Amino acid sequence: MDIAESAIALPVAATTRAGIYHYDEYDREFLRERVAEFRDQVERRLAGALSEDEFKPLRLMNGLYLQLHAYMLRCAIPYGVLSSEQLRQLAHIARTYDRGFGHFTTRQNLQFNWIKLEEAPDALAALAEADLHALQTSGNCIRNVTTDEFAGAAADEVVDPRVYAEILRQWSTLHPEFSYLPRKFKIAITGAQNDRAAIQVHDIGLLAKRGPNGEAGFEVWAGGGLGRVPIIGTKLRAWLPEPEFLSYMEAVLRVYNALGGRENIHKARIKILLRDLGAARFTELVEREFATLPREKFRLDPAVVAAIRAHFAPPAFLALPEAAEVLARQVAADTAFADWVAHNTHPHRQPGYISAVISLKPIGGIPGDASAAQMDAVAELADRYSFDEIRVTHVQNLVLPHVRQDELFAVWRALDALGLATANIGTVTDIIACPGLDYCALANARAIPVAQLLSERFADLRRQYDIGPLTLNISGCINACGHHHVGAIGILGVDKKGEEFYQITLGGSAGNDAAIGEIVGPAVPYDAVVDAVETIVHTYLAHRQAGEAFLAAYRRLGVAPFKEALYAIA
Amino acid sequence: MPLLEQGFPVADRFVPVADDAPLPDAPAIVSLARLQREAEALAGRNVALGVQVASTTKPEDLAPLLDRVALLVVEFPKFRDGRGFTIARTLRERYGYTGEIRAVGHILPDQYAFLVRCGFSSVAVPEAADLSVWAAALGRFHVAYQAAVDAAPVVSGLRRRLALG
Amino acid sequence: MQAKVKTKGTAQPVVVTANRLRDGRVVWLAAGGRWAEPVAEAAVFAGEAAEAALAEAAEAERRQIVVGPYLAEVRVGAGGPVPLRARERFRADGPSVGIVAA
Repeated sequence: MDIAESAIALPVAATTRAGIYHYDEYDREFLRERVAEFRDQVERRLAGALSEDEFKPLRLMNGLYLQLHAYMLRCAIPYGVLSSEQLRQLAHIARTYDRGFGHFTTRQNLQFNWIKLEEAPDALAALAEADLHALQTSGNCIRNVTTDEFAGAAADEVVDPRVYAEILRQWSTLHPEFSYLPRKFKIAITGAQNDRAAIQVHDIGLLAKRGPNGEAGFEVWAGGGLGRVPIIGTKLRAWLPEPEFLSYMEAVLRVYNALGGRENIHKARIKILLRDLGAARFTELVEREFATLPREKFRLDPAVVAAIRAHFAPPAFLALPEAAEVLARQVAADTAFADWVAHNTHPHRQPGYISAVISLKPIGGIPGDASAAQMDAVAELADRYSFDEIRVTHVQNLVLPHVRQDELFAVWRALDALGLATANIGTVTDIIACPGLDYCALANARAIPVAQLLSERFADLRRQYDIGPLTLNISGCINACGHHHVGAIGILGVDKKGEEFYQITLGGSAGNDAAIGEIVGPAVPYDAVVDAVETIVHTYLAHRQAGEAFLAAYRRLGVAPFKEALYAIA
Repeated sequence: MPLLEQGFPVADRFVPVADDAPLPDAPAIVSLARLQREAEALAGRNVALGVQVASTTKPEDLAPLLDRVALLVVEFPKFRDGRGFTIARTLRERYGYTGEIRAVGHILPDQYAFLVRCGFSSVAVPEAADLSVWAAALGRFHVAYQAAVDAAPVVSGLRRRLALG
Repeated sequence: MQAKVKTKGTAQPVVVTANRLRDGRVVWLAAGGRWAEPVAEAAVFAGEAAEAALAEAAEAERRQIVVGPYLAEVRVGAGGPVPLRARERFRADGPSVGIVAA
């Protein structure tokens, strides 16, 4: 492959409208070589030159799991940002290599559940046609960096985190030193003080902010995580200047790679290392590594940052002095639309614009799932109304980030026709659910039907609104892919003698007030879960003070009234 | 075991020597424990010295010994144990070690390029290894996204041009 | 995860299940060493015969036919073996939830 070194690497893409990182010939060369490598690895596996034990980490690093019914391919959606062209390609893959649908995950990725190993290299080649991949979405390596779904659009944003998420994505891609870590490594970054990226429950969490002279820098957290041992992260650094960004990341990863536990996979995450060493000692080791590594070599050149930032330049917004008034009139005229605007939109930094959340939580539906037809339809809407751009949220919904306020009504009507306009963002039916025992080989119990039944029980919108904001998260096992630990109501599937039971936790939160939920009491059987959740909600409604949301009420009341209501002898 | 350097098989001029065996008058590889115990005696030899270390070894513990060691053999007990990458890299970048670093143990050809980029000079491969698979793996990628020990030149942004094999 | 099924000296009927390497589909060891997709065709073993069947499955794994074979407890019903544990029931019947309309 001969690339002229003197060629200027300008973005080359079918459309440059979407605020995504636009691949150039270097990125495409890399991806081609990666697909060729995987094709070769699959051939060696099928021929027996690689054992399953040897092949497994290699296929995991290309996002290919062996699940209950088939191989599952987890496509990376870098920091949750997609162009409409890319979403169409994902729909194509769903149709061609799978059963016509996909599942959006809590790490902003997309999963296909019915992949065949012998077709996986072709599926990866098809992904590569749209500059997509499944690199490092699994395995003991640095995973997809996740961020705020409103990055680049949110009114409260201080620094666009997509820029640094992309820098981290590139830096971590096939990192020669950090591809065989003790365990997986997850990084999240927010660019707003209001943390929508759950940075306190990640291996590294970053808050991008501004220094006294407006320069960009970071607050650095480490050692947070969910799973078997949920822990809120520790703040390592209040301020890390932008030029030192990659040096510091190298230092943290190096300490982890050298010292992280490798004897027991349940004690191998960085959160365990930090806990066992203590925050002071851990920080000391990182700072020492940071001080002694060749800083100049890893210094992040402002010109490099600027070149990457150029990919995320704001779209060609129009001046829309009338738009807000148009929207206000339409809201006043239609209560269904008003409900949707009140719950499913987010304020935009650009006057006249707004971000729209597409709920993938229809009442009774499978949370986070979208059919190929729905993906195509959303891509079409993005083309027309959102500068070709779509976002994936870590709560398994989608976003059209840049919608004109005076076009919002048309967007809503179109979404409604597609069954994608349930006005339930942030309510009790905006449920996070992992695939669970219906699909996942790791699961102990099903999560999806529990979500469906709960959604149906609370179907009434007015009731949902009366209950108010409430995060309800369901995991089918202790790996906590459904983020149950940080749900205001968390549900964890457990196996009791081969039967499905569910443990309920209360009071979790993934935001700035991050907290791990507390167990209410003994696990309840499958048939009792929905009633249990309803009892919890009723208890809250009975005790709440005026305007008090569920989480605040729980923190005031403690677990006692809920425990009593659930387990009182009748 | 066949030894690979830059994708090609090379002769091994070193001999591994057990802790209780006498040292030959030839380049020899000893255990770290022996090197630390017999530091004085070994320093007096005119022949190249190699030391074999476990993946749990701390680079700072090797620092005082580096000037008398021509070869460092780093063990990979299991290919998933990636500590060797950090050991080699730290020895190169922090301590400026310029001798040979060799990877031995359970290693996949798919890791070869990573080893070289982290500063390994050579890899000991299994007896029955298909060397063409190793050579192909080394030269598979021409683009990398991060700085490492190898002197891959920056072409644009964070991208480097790789020419490993 | 998969609890190791004790078969020595017991009459607990078991079947052998695995995923086919090439396409990942759930398969069950049937008569004559064939791997079948419907659980109804799964051969039922007990005691030492179960150990032998698992060894046969391990050989199939070595020959790149299946991945991860293991024993699953069943009861023998009118229509054939029925897995006792939820996990194997879903492996046999497919997901309990529908598919989003394509």
